[in-house]
Amino acid sequence: MDKTVNQKAWFLVLPVFLVVAFSAVLPLMTVVNYSMQDTFGNNQFFWNGVGWFKELLDPTTDLGERFFASLWRNLIFSAIILAIEIPLGIVVALSMPREGWTVAVCLVILALPLLIPFNVVGTIWQIFGRPDIGLLGYTLNSLGIPYNYVSNELDAWATVIVMDVWHWTSLVALLCYAGLKSIPDAYYQAAQIDGASRWAVFRAIQLPKMNRVLLIAVLLRFMDSFMIYTEPFVVTGGGPGNSTTFISIELVKIALGQFDLGKAAALSLVYNLIILIVCWVFYTVMTNAGAERPQKEGAV
Amino acid sequence: MGTIPGRRLIISLFLIFLLLPIYWLINMSFKTNSEIVSTMTLWPHQPTIENYKRIFTDESWYSGYINSLKYVVINTVISISVALPAAYGFSRYRFLGDKHLFFWLLSNRMAPAAVYALPFFNLYSAIGLFDTPWAVALAHCIFNVPLAVWILEGFVSSVPREIDETAFLDGYSFPRFFIKILVPLIASGIGVAAFFCFMFSWVELLLARTLTSVDAKPISAVMTRTVSAAGMDWGLLAAAGALTIIPGALVIWFVRNYIARGFALGRV
Repeated sequence: MDKTVNQKAWFLVLPVFLVVAFSAVLPLMTVVNYSMQDTFGNNQFFWNGVGWFKELLDPTTDLGERFFASLWRNLIFSAIILAIEIPLGIVVALSMPREGWTVAVCLVILALPLLIPFNVVGTIWQIFGRPDIGLLGYTLNSLGIPYNYVSNELDAWATVIVMDVWHWTSLVALLCYAGLKSIPDAYYQAAQIDGASRWAVFRAIQLPKMNRVLLIAVLLRFMDSFMIYTEPFVVTGGGPGNSTTFISIELVKIALGQFDLGKAAALSLVYNLIILIVCWVFYTVMTNAGAERPQKEGAV
Repeated sequence: MGTIPGRRLIISLFLIFLLLPIYWLINMSFKTNSEIVSTMTLWPHQPTIENYKRIFTDESWYSGYINSLKYVVINTVISISVALPAAYGFSRYRFLGDKHLFFWLLSNRMAPAAVYALPFFNLYSAIGLFDTPWAVALAHCIFNVPLAVWILEGFVSSVPREIDETAFLDGYSFPRFFIKILVPLIASGIGVAAFFCFMFSWVELLLARTLTSVDAKPISAVMTRTVSAAGMDWGLLAAAGALTIIPGALVIWFVRNYIARGFALGRV
């Protein structure tokens, strides 16, 4: 779109800039400040230069080991989440009824998990999975499958993953559904006349139309699973052992649990840097995808 | 038309999968603790509303809901009012650093709350807002303002710019055009953006818990504390959880036709 160049538009975005800068820049300065110092309590700080960063990125130290372990765990978690939620979301979106009152019912039920506070999501699954009082845990155990997410690492992982699938697959499904709805009927009619198979319709019509929303879905899901904190914290508390301690949980442990401000700040900055890089890739791909599309489609 | 075989079965199974854990929570909230612990029943055999009664009569419980709603509403109002002009600016004009600014906003939407918990604690303590709804409302702006800008920008862009030009030719001043013409045109978009601000502020726990201690404690924090103190009062916990689902379920109903588009950040 040929937008007009007008520097006065800065006045329009100034309030947003100020509000976000207040919430983002000031705290980040504090973090940078902490990351270079060491403290022994009493608000006395000592210059430590890049010491914390060296320790953090060196896997032989305690801090580095914990960082890399939780980073790996988190990456594996995000990969599994994407591998399950994206295909499942597409299938659910394709199965949505097209018209009638059932559409509204499906949409509302789909959106329901998204509006439950994170800690309540954790609580729901904590209760649901318990072998003594939870339907899931009780059923599995009485079927002869030993299942206990408190003591078994594999079960803890399975619970956290199923919980996330329960919580967020709807987001992918809703996004894909929005993409599918923007396909005009004429496309399907043309496909029918050509005698296209079901698979061909999906590959040639539906998938390309969902491209953009799928991109948003992949990146939102990656980001949010990469910073997941509350749900696994409520269910497993990061355990058994450290097996479900993801980066955010590790960070809060160091910052608010041990009050190791320097270490926590260094970890925060590296963490933020990773997020920033992924974000940049997201933004570039998104804006390029936007530029390639004919303008007419801009806002359907 | 563009459907897949067995779709009724697939969608039904998925919806059951979504509803089952929620049903279990509600089921439990109507049971007494002795029934929960001693037997495995698919529905409450001795239904009781004792758990709900306790929440509605005990101030430490119901004030949690009020506190949560307070900061959620403040946050939604702030986010929408600052995001509206910005969305218009981004949608209509190019200016120095617009793309960088937009990217910076996006990156804040993605910033992990865990990184900001401690610095926010220092910041809001220093300016005397700690333990007030304002602290949480302002803290939640970090992800809600960018989100609102994103969603609204999509909706503003779908308004043809000829409408702006005609309005200005008719002698509308900018503020008058904005309030009289643009806002009504994107009313559904504002509704969707408000819904999302409400939602993300309502579900967030980490910052809300870190920035409050007594007076402004949100319901989610009340829940976590009572669980450990009361030695697992499952029925009460389930009732409190079930009540947190209601506001969400109510607002979904109003925006059900726009949910999908909103999740696509107004860009479908």
